[in-house]
Amino acid sequence: MAEAYCELVIEGSIDASSSIHLENSLEQVILEGNSVLLINMSGLTYISSAGLGAFISKLDIINQRDIQMIFFQLSPAVASVFEILGLGDLLDIVADKETAIGKIK
Amino acid sequence: MRYLLSIAYDKQHLASVRTFVREVLLTYKISEIQIYQLVLAIDEICANLIIHSQNCNEHRSFELEIEVIPDRQILFLLRDDGDAFDITKYCTPELEEIITAGRKGGMGLILVKRIIDNIEFSKEKNHNICRLVKNITN
Repeated sequence: MAEAYCELVIEGSIDASSSIHLENSLEQVILEGNSVLLINMSGLTYISSAGLGAFISKLDIINQRDIQMIFFQLSPAVASVFEILGLGDLLDIVADKETAIGKIK
Repeated sequence: MRYLLSIAYDKQHLASVRTFVREVLLTYKISEIQIYQLVLAIDEICANLIIHSQNCNEHRSFELEIEVIPDRQILFLLRDDGDAFDITKYCTPELEEIITAGRKGGMGLILVKRIIDNIEFSKEKNHNICRLVKNITN
C-alpha cells in the first residue's frame, strides 16, 4: 500500500518579507490533519531565520499532534545554515524524496 | 575596495541587499557557501534594523558599506540613525528556549554571531555604527 503523505514544495527565497506565506501554508497543512509532512526543499534558493522560524514555531504543535515532518533535498548552502544552528539534531533531514518516503512510519 | 548601498527601512528591500552583498563578494575568491552565509548574516542584521530601529519607516534609510581586503578580511559597516541596538550586548537565546516558547524570532542574531568573526557597536554623533568583520579563509 502506498504511504499517505502531504508534500510541501518550497520554492525561491524565504526572508522576513515572504516568510508569512510559508507560515500560512504550514499552518494549513497541519490544520488539515495530515499526519506526514514531506518538505521538498529542492527549489529553495535562500532561507533566512524568518523562514526557519516558520518551521521552528510549529515544532511544538507538530510534536503534540504526532505529525512526522521530514525535510529533503536541501542545497549544500541551505544545509550549512541548518548545521550552523544545530537543527540537524532536532529535525528529520534526508537526502531525497525516496529516502523520505522510506522513513514514513 | 569599498562599496556602498543605501537601504530604505522596508522589508521588501532585503532582496536588493542580498543581491548587492552577493555581487560584491562574487568578485573575490570566496567560496559559494561562505558567500551564502555572509549574505544571510547581513540580511539578518538588516532585517533587524528595518523592523526594530525605525519600525519599517520606508521614507528613511540606512547605509551598508562593504570593504574587502582580498585574501584577508571583509568588513561590513552599518550606519543608521534609529533606535540604538547594541548586538554585542544582546544575549542570544538558546535554540531549545526558542522551540519551547514556539517563537518565530531569535535565530537571526544567533546566525549573525556564529557566522561573523568580530562584531563591534559604537555611537558616532547621531549615528549607530555596527562593524562586522569576517576573516576570509580559502
